[in-house]
Amino acid sequence: MTTRTFVRTAFAPNEPPPLEADSTASRFARSLFATPANFALTVLSVGIVALVLPPLIRFLFLDATWSGTSRDDCLANAGACWPFVRAKFGQFIYGFYPAAERWRPNLVLAFGALLLAPLLIPAAPFKRTNALLFFGVYPVVSFVLLTGGNLDLQKFLLGRFLQWTTVAGVGFGIGLRWAFWTDFLFSAVVIVALVAALAALLRASVFAAVTAAGMVLAGLGIILLAVDLDFGLAPVETRSWGGFLVTLIVAVTGIVVSLPLGVLLALGRRSRMPAVRYACILFIEFWRGVPLITVLFFATYMLPLFLPRDVTFDTLLRALIGVALFAAAYMAEVVRGGLQSISRGQHEAAAALGLGYWRMMGLIILPQALTLVIPGIVNNFIGLFKDTTLVLIVAIFDLLGQIRASFADPNWATPVTLYTGFAFAGVIYFVFCFGMSRYALYIERRTAAYGRGS
Amino acid sequence: MKRMFCALFVLAGFAVTAPAVNAGVLDDVKNRGVLHCGVTQGLPGFSSPDDKGNWTGLDVDLCRAIAAAIFDDPNKIKYTPLTAKDRFTALQSGEIDVLSRNTTWTLSRDTSLGLNFAGINYYDGQGFMIRKDKKVASALELSGASICTQTGTTSELNVADYFRARNMKYEIVSFTTADETLKAYESGRCDTFTTDVSQLYAMRLKLGNPSDHTVLPEVISKEPLGPVVRHGDDQWFDVVKWVLFAMLNAEEMNITQKNIDEAVKSPNPEVKRLLGSEGNFGEQLGLTRDWVVRIVRHVGNYGESYDRNVGIGSKLGIERGLNRLWNKGGIQYAPPIR
Repeated sequence: MTTRTFVRTAFAPNEPPPLEADSTASRFARSLFATPANFALTVLSVGIVALVLPPLIRFLFLDATWSGTSRDDCLANAGACWPFVRAKFGQFIYGFYPAAERWRPNLVLAFGALLLAPLLIPAAPFKRTNALLFFGVYPVVSFVLLTGGNLDLQKFLLGRFLQWTTVAGVGFGIGLRWAFWTDFLFSAVVIVALVAALAALLRASVFAAVTAAGMVLAGLGIILLAVDLDFGLAPVETRSWGGFLVTLIVAVTGIVVSLPLGVLLALGRRSRMPAVRYACILFIEFWRGVPLITVLFFATYMLPLFLPRDVTFDTLLRALIGVALFAAAYMAEVVRGGLQSISRGQHEAAAALGLGYWRMMGLIILPQALTLVIPGIVNNFIGLFKDTTLVLIVAIFDLLGQIRASFADPNWATPVTLYTGFAFAGVIYFVFCFGMSRYALYIERRTAAYGRGS
Repeated sequence: MKRMFCALFVLAGFAVTAPAVNAGVLDDVKNRGVLHCGVTQGLPGFSSPDDKGNWTGLDVDLCRAIAAAIFDDPNKIKYTPLTAKDRFTALQSGEIDVLSRNTTWTLSRDTSLGLNFAGINYYDGQGFMIRKDKKVASALELSGASICTQTGTTSELNVADYFRARNMKYEIVSFTTADETLKAYESGRCDTFTTDVSQLYAMRLKLGNPSDHTVLPEVISKEPLGPVVRHGDDQWFDVVKWVLFAMLNAEEMNITQKNIDEAVKSPNPEVKRLLGSEGNFGEQLGLTRDWVVRIVRHVGNYGESYDRNVGIGSKLGIERGLNRLWNKGGIQYAPPIR
């Protein structure tokens, strides 16, 4: 005889009528006090709210100090010390970014908002141009605005091997060095020639290959030109960036890089080509297996020990790369979950229509898979947004780091400074994370209207 | 390999510059035009950003003095705020040129970590804070007291040694963070709160009514704090060491930010040697003759820096104590410049 865990032997009791049928009052009573368990939970919840909310409101508003210039003004009251936040507000937002240059991060934030808003609103027109501006032009503009541009590039590819550009190149007077740009042109010609030769060897279309290589090099050239030109902006080291600006930069870079990279990694992991598959598995498992703190610490403090002494590159850049790769590995597994839920029939139907691999993925599989995993993707984004605060351990002051640093100012040391600072950080983080989660819900509902999802 | 790296980086759009000279740190700093200084992530009085975002504090002033001596501009500094954990790694890897981050000078740090301590800019030590209404005037009266301290610190061990050696009874109440410990002390969980004296003064500011609490005069441990450089560059070691000595010597000769312009004209041979109107001592260090004038004009002497950041002129209000000059009852003593 087989053992069964549960078999119903009698009819279940009738369910009560739907709530809509009742008056508001009894509906309220029924939903909150229907059973003893419900009753207990309601009392417990009300109790917790009553315990937490009044002191919180008292601390944040009623007992708070609203104006003043130093700790002495805040000592009188038991509530939050808001003048502390006001005095340090510039630092919380921009870090140590020079006050005279703060219009530049402001401009970057304004551009970002202007370009992002129409991208997020489904009804807004010109999506393609808009996306190109946001993902292609905006990063370069932001880079130039925030750092000041004028990188003073000296050597490209060939110059490094031939060592002919060691002569300090004379500039064109607009921040460009002739040595670098001749080097770039020569290298570009050589690369295009190599690509053409390779295409001829593989019997592929030489013209298409040359066009593609030329386009990539031209794009690279335009980007390099933009960051190399002298726009007369004062250089601002990334070391003096900080506060919310850095939180946003790290989070947005992580988010924007991790999604496409994660999709590629997920596709690669399901690839039938062993080299691609194993490379992707190795990458994903490595980055998921290592804690983010280790990655950041290694990139910042250990890497210089291995690199030659004259090779340095920016601390913030190192952290950005670390965070982006780390996030991509997690994203890959989320996307893979979505890909696995798409039945083989979809692949076969797409193949029967004559679609190749990339069209099949781009038009049929990924739109369905990504829609399914929106909650997971947004979960990753929110996690990433909050993880950015780990850059503090490699001496980059994000919002939280900047707030913690200002606790040490003897001018503002009071019993409530700590709580005020954390309350402020909490509000900012909550606004952004909650915003992301609400937008994701909206997109989920919208995509559900097309017939999939819950 | 190196070429490959470089090529990769440039392909990524980031140029690698900096000439490949393997000169000393001083030359590196001069070429770079900026000093890389490691500080805390915020410690009241020693290094913390003020309302305008400028780093201030006793440790920061030492870096400013070095920058002033080299560049005649105390602002040519890039500050790297470091945690206690990664401060030495940052110095060893060359991320920073000098670590000025309330670091205690111990034998193991001086030797096996490959570091050199260039002097002592603050003599700290463990002390006790207690409520004034307890009417305790000395740590020797603390027998039977309960003591709040942070877990896993040397403070805990020092207390045990001190009380056992004097056959006094005590009870340790320990917490994981400094703020937790302070809260416990404030709420009366223990009679006294122990950690380094400079910390006690900083923590006292976070109490509702700082003047109700006092720091007892006994100091039960040695915590000499000073600037640190890497092994292997004696010239740079000398520069950092003598910048500190110069600030002390300037105080000893009563040369201040205010009277520096008159002091330059002084006929006193000692002052003349210090300020470079006689001899070429600055040049021997690889600096200019007027290096001390630059330091005092931009940053001030040691006493001025002390008063402004941690002493009576600051919110902390720490007594000079051991940090007085040797001829005023303290142990701050700088070798002569000659």
